[in-house]
Amino acid sequence: MAKWFETHLPKIVLAPSFIAILIFVYGFIAWTAWVSLTRSRLLPRYEIEGFIQYDRLFASPRWDTAMNNLYIFGALFIGVSMILGLILAILLDQQIRVEGAIRTIYLYPMALSMIVTGTAWKWILNPGLGLEAMVKGWGYENFTFDWLVNPDMAIYTVVLAAIWQSSGFVMALFLAGLRSVDTEIIRAAQIDGIPTWRVYVSIIIPSMAPIFLSAFIVLAHLAIKAFDLVIALTGGGPGYATDLPATYMYAMAFSRGDIGQAAASAMIMMLVVFAIVVPYLYSELRARND
Amino acid sequence: MKYTTLAAISSLALSVATIGHAEPQAEVLHWWTSGGEAKAVGVLQEEFAENGGSWTDMPVAGGGGDAAMTALRARVLSGNAPTAVQLKGPAIQEWYEEGVLADISSVAEAEGWADILPASIAGHMKCEDTWCAAPVNVHRVDWIWANADVLESNGIEMPTTWDEFNAAAEKLQEAGVIPLAHGGQAWQDATVFETVVLGLGGPEFFQKALVDLDPEALTSDTMKASFDQMRTLRGYVDDNFSGRDWNLATAMVMNGEAAFQIMGDWAKGEFLAAGKVPGEDFLCASTPGDGYLYNVDSFAMFNVDGDDKKAGQDLLAKLIVGPNFQKVFNMNKGSIPVRTDVALDEFDMCAQKSSEDMTAASDSGALLPSYAHGMALRGAQAGAITDVVTAHFNSDMSSDEAVQMLADAVANSM
Repeated sequence: MAKWFETHLPKIVLAPSFIAILIFVYGFIAWTAWVSLTRSRLLPRYEIEGFIQYDRLFASPRWDTAMNNLYIFGALFIGVSMILGLILAILLDQQIRVEGAIRTIYLYPMALSMIVTGTAWKWILNPGLGLEAMVKGWGYENFTFDWLVNPDMAIYTVVLAAIWQSSGFVMALFLAGLRSVDTEIIRAAQIDGIPTWRVYVSIIIPSMAPIFLSAFIVLAHLAIKAFDLVIALTGGGPGYATDLPATYMYAMAFSRGDIGQAAASAMIMMLVVFAIVVPYLYSELRARND
Repeated sequence: MKYTTLAAISSLALSVATIGHAEPQAEVLHWWTSGGEAKAVGVLQEEFAENGGSWTDMPVAGGGGDAAMTALRARVLSGNAPTAVQLKGPAIQEWYEEGVLADISSVAEAEGWADILPASIAGHMKCEDTWCAAPVNVHRVDWIWANADVLESNGIEMPTTWDEFNAAAEKLQEAGVIPLAHGGQAWQDATVFETVVLGLGGPEFFQKALVDLDPEALTSDTMKASFDQMRTLRGYVDDNFSGRDWNLATAMVMNGEAAFQIMGDWAKGEFLAAGKVPGEDFLCASTPGDGYLYNVDSFAMFNVDGDDKKAGQDLLAKLIVGPNFQKVFNMNKGSIPVRTDVALDEFDMCAQKSSEDMTAASDSGALLPSYAHGMALRGAQAGAITDVVTAHFNSDMSSDEAVQMLADAVANSM
């Protein structure tokens, strides 16, 4: 009996959370998939009607805008955050004084919620209150910086605020990565007279590949589920110029009583996440099997 | 087990004690949580208690009612709907189609609602042939507010056509005043748009285009002209309008920074709260053109079990439409009573004008539901139109493109 208990204990301990995940994650994904095939409006209905909601979704110019914004936002946010984070980490890695204090300063934006970040940047970028008004006040009357209210540029203000928020976190990740590189190798390279930049480019950075992957995954899912930042910073505007898939889904489900449409957009968002995560899982699992 | 027995005994004792007169109970879901609104609901709450009822308040703030609707959905799905819910316009019909609304015809008939409510507003309160909701107030949407001093010092009269408005705006712009105070949020764009459609197309066109969604009307020249006018209005707005809240735009009119604002009569509350006097400090007029766009708040009654709750529902419905509540509530809220037989002596001149216009419009068939405030269309259709309106207003899209997009978006939302 005791032996049986011992061998099965891990399973028993894990069972509740396993069941919870089965129902609350995969069960609800299945439910959403089902609802996305129906004509649900205010309340969910369960008669399958085919792919009508997906047809409507792809015919909607607002959804087009939302997906385009996701590509722009995702690519710039992930790319620039990683580059900035890496540069900051390398600079911090030069055995400078008060490193701890500087690290904390760069990491601090991460402690703010996206709502706070969004509201603060909304004020900074508002042409009548923030940066533009300030520079004009200094006497440069021709200075304009109206990205926030310009439908073509507004999405870049979201990128800007998101990068400000996250690059410190990426820096911390990379800094940990830099510190974990074997110092023997670096010293050996230095003895061989290899210049420092070459050490970074050819030795340290390549050996940090797993860190890059982790940073990418963290940033990618932040990008896809980005919602609060847009709501606080632009409210999806001007017009719907800064709509993202998540805000689109919220509008359909909660403001417009169009649950079928919201479910369809949620499924597409999930597929985008899969497209990113599955290759990652694949590479991870394959590496472990080797 | 022990608890259920206990509960059964105590409820038995309670029902013995109150036998013969079930205490009316009402659980009311609403999102009137800001200062003036909360006060207005308090009036109803007191009156309900005075009539022997017990009121359970369920205020859900946030998202202009979105949060409350989410709460409602959860309650209905779990089979435990609130007694009455703040709902309006076609949303009432949508919930009726889900089969969850109650029938309050007995109260409505006893109180003679059919005679005291304007016909088109009464239509919203009926689910097929039965009454299922009680109207609370009438907000007029097609108001234009103006700063009296700014108009006077520039020699401008309140415009009665859109051409006059444009001429006035040019003049103001030259004088260095912002002609139109506007907040760049989708619903505010939609509010201005519907007043333009009403003004340029007239009530019949409005009905065809924004209520019946007739594809021909949506792509007609009149609709193109409406989008042209929106483009013109875009030029009268300051550069910094994006995302501005409506009350900040009202403040711009108040302190003379801007001349006009197009907004429903909740804007009046801002003027009055700042101690401004209608007719002296600020002017109110209907937007250029004929017609009357209403935004009627109402309480829909949901199916509930138990005589006490049903009694509460009936009492609530009776009180809501009763003359006393209609008067006190609407003086607090800035709107006008929905019944036409309430004396308006204590109301301000804008409210009196609103009421006169409502009666006149009701007789001439120009009393129309506001699309921008969810009275004319269901959420999906109204949202699709608003998307196009706000996309057009915030870009350099041509009017031809806009009407085509409008027709496509409406077809896609069905």
